[in-house]
Amino acid sequence: MKIKATQLLLNGTYLLLLISIIRLITGATDLTSVGTASAALLLSVPIILAGLGGLFSERAGVVNIGLEGMMILGAWAGGFVGSKHGPWLGLIAAVFFGAVGALLHAIATISFGVDHVVSGVAINIIAAGLVRYLSTILYQGGSWPGPSQSPDVNPISVNGLPVLSGGHFFGWDSPDILTPIAEKHWFLISDFIGILRGITGDLSYVTFIAVLMIPLAFFILWKTSFGLRLRSAGEAPVAAESLGVNVYAMKYAGVLISGGLAGLGGGFLAIVAANHYQENQVAGRGYIGLAALLFGNYRPGGILAGAVLFGFADALQLRDSASIHALILLIATILGYLVYRDIKRGKMLSASISAVMSAGSVWFFFAVEELPGQLVTMTPYIATLLVMSLASQRLRMPAADGMPYRRGGLR
Amino acid sequence: MIKITPQKVALAVAAPLAAAVVSIVVSSLAVMASHKSPMLAYKTMWEFGTQGGSLMEMLNQATPYYIAAIAIAVTFRAGLFNIGVEGQLRLGALFSAYIGAMFTLPPVLHVLAVFIVAMTIGGLWASIAAYLKVKRGVNEVISTIMLNSLAIGVTSFLFSKYFAVITEGSNNLSTKELPKSAWFPDLVPLLTKLGVPEQPGGSINGMLVIAIALGFIFWFVVNRTRFGFELRASGANPIAARVSGVNSKRMTFIALVISGAIAGLSGLPAVLGETHSYNMGFRSGIGFSAIAVALLGRNSAGGMAVSALLFGFLEVSSRSLELIDIAPETYVIMQGSILLSSVIAYEVVRRFKLTLQSKELAKVVTA
Repeated sequence: MKIKATQLLLNGTYLLLLISIIRLITGATDLTSVGTASAALLLSVPIILAGLGGLFSERAGVVNIGLEGMMILGAWAGGFVGSKHGPWLGLIAAVFFGAVGALLHAIATISFGVDHVVSGVAINIIAAGLVRYLSTILYQGGSWPGPSQSPDVNPISVNGLPVLSGGHFFGWDSPDILTPIAEKHWFLISDFIGILRGITGDLSYVTFIAVLMIPLAFFILWKTSFGLRLRSAGEAPVAAESLGVNVYAMKYAGVLISGGLAGLGGGFLAIVAANHYQENQVAGRGYIGLAALLFGNYRPGGILAGAVLFGFADALQLRDSASIHALILLIATILGYLVYRDIKRGKMLSASISAVMSAGSVWFFFAVEELPGQLVTMTPYIATLLVMSLASQRLRMPAADGMPYRRGGLR
Repeated sequence: MIKITPQKVALAVAAPLAAAVVSIVVSSLAVMASHKSPMLAYKTMWEFGTQGGSLMEMLNQATPYYIAAIAIAVTFRAGLFNIGVEGQLRLGALFSAYIGAMFTLPPVLHVLAVFIVAMTIGGLWASIAAYLKVKRGVNEVISTIMLNSLAIGVTSFLFSKYFAVITEGSNNLSTKELPKSAWFPDLVPLLTKLGVPEQPGGSINGMLVIAIALGFIFWFVVNRTRFGFELRASGANPIAARVSGVNSKRMTFIALVISGAIAGLSGLPAVLGETHSYNMGFRSGIGFSAIAVALLGRNSAGGMAVSALLFGFLEVSSRSLELIDIAPETYVIMQGSILLSSVIAYEVVRRFKLTLQSKELAKVVTA
């Protein structure tokens, strides 16, 4: 299903309008502040990279639950190499380590035909154990807080859009026009400008590269012959083989690229989002990336939408729990829309379920002044579940995704 | 009539043997990387691990692994994958400790009541994933992972806000202690009565008996009942199952809920047998290790028992590595390498068997 650009723009405007109204009602200014938008982008990047990783692998027909483990390997390598040899080498090491994890997954699933989910989960368990072991032997007796954390990594410099969002170009400091407007809290205008300033200013170069990966992935997968071959291995491997495509090679390529991207996502977490590796830093982002991939219907643009959604929820949760409180109202509104849609379609049961949930959210909004911290941290996971349950029926995964393939039709 | 030929025996032994060799090589490399002798490490582990006290500790470690692994195996047999055991068992443990301490019942009844609480909570939590899978088509792997994170948040919220009481003279938050009637007995006194020489200071969690019983029930229900057949059928070939009258959506739902209920039980060895409350030190990661145990044990009752014991043994015996200056975390490398190499080895052997079969078939046909 292809969504038209105008439709997309219209929906975006509605959403922005809705969020602006809610900001006005609740006074939760952080909902659309520069800081939130910039944090949302920062937190979206690892999920974008993981999702794109999943895209390459699953388009080649290999389910990759192991993204989480590959991200863990990448984050660890980023922290270890980055703290010794600087951030850029750290990122390269992260890509390499992620690809090593992917190589294991590829050998198990493609060459030996192990069930993809089984192998992926095994990789996750092994990766988590391996980095714990490595941290213990390498960081033992080191500085505070001991073996669960790497030494600090030097930051990668940031830059912004010239004239509008500040930035530095060849020794010239550009003015920053947008920030004062965003701080005026004008209805709708400041909201829009705030988000714009957040995603165009103080960008790490890595963020820029990562976002560029989205059109690049689209180009590689849909506009090159390599991409066509890779996708054919995921749709109809037997047919592809009969036309001379080396299906094994394509699957290996897909999985290795997948691991590299996931590793980069992990390295990004350690080097750009934080300034060191820490145990449990990845915290399920590989899985959320996979969810973004499913939500985005195995397409790069969809992945971006999913990742931004989760990044936004994550950013709010980190910055300000009052905004999460305001977000409940947003959920109630969306559920209210679902009620309307279901009634129109005559689905009374699911309409009433949504109505109850919507009323519950409204009640919860007024009953609770501020959400306790433990519940606020759950926001991205709840968002994932909600979105998956609303979106997953019209998914179309690659036809041979998850099926072991063996040349010559053997099993 | 099944003939046992040397070839068949060799094939059956080949996979575990190959996996063991690979994992020994990998672990030896890991030990050598920290400039220590692997032989010394294995010797130290073996000597420490085979002492009476260590063996009992091994059983105590293996008990929750085994119960949780059975929970996972139930879904595996139905072609599903419940990764949410960690969350289900945490919620089950918290609620059973909290609700169990609210009332007193005669000894056996009280324990049963706590079992029911744990199973209900675990099953209810899993039913969210089951509903999403059956009604909304959400992949259960993703939903159970998300539910894990949610369960960890919910338990820590409920625990610190509502369920915990501060015990006097300590900083440790914990729920109210369970009355004696809900404690699960230690097996050591019983064994001493039966004439087994006593081990000083050791204890064996009584839930071991429950774990063994669950293993038998699992084996019987899956392999010997109609329900088990339908479960396996809906896992092996959903379309064929539907054609022959098995409601595979219903089986999916039931399998996930049963799995959650069993997972709820796997938090109880700690609650009923050790701490008698839910506290901040509740062991995390049982649900994840259990995935490895289930995969290694090929989802069969016997295989999972062996792998649960193996995992317990590695964890307990590796504590001795600290004495010779090797990181005890080496056991993680051992577990991981065994897991991946065995998963691959089983697949290789399966393919080899298929090739052999087709060759034999070809012989019969051409003769």
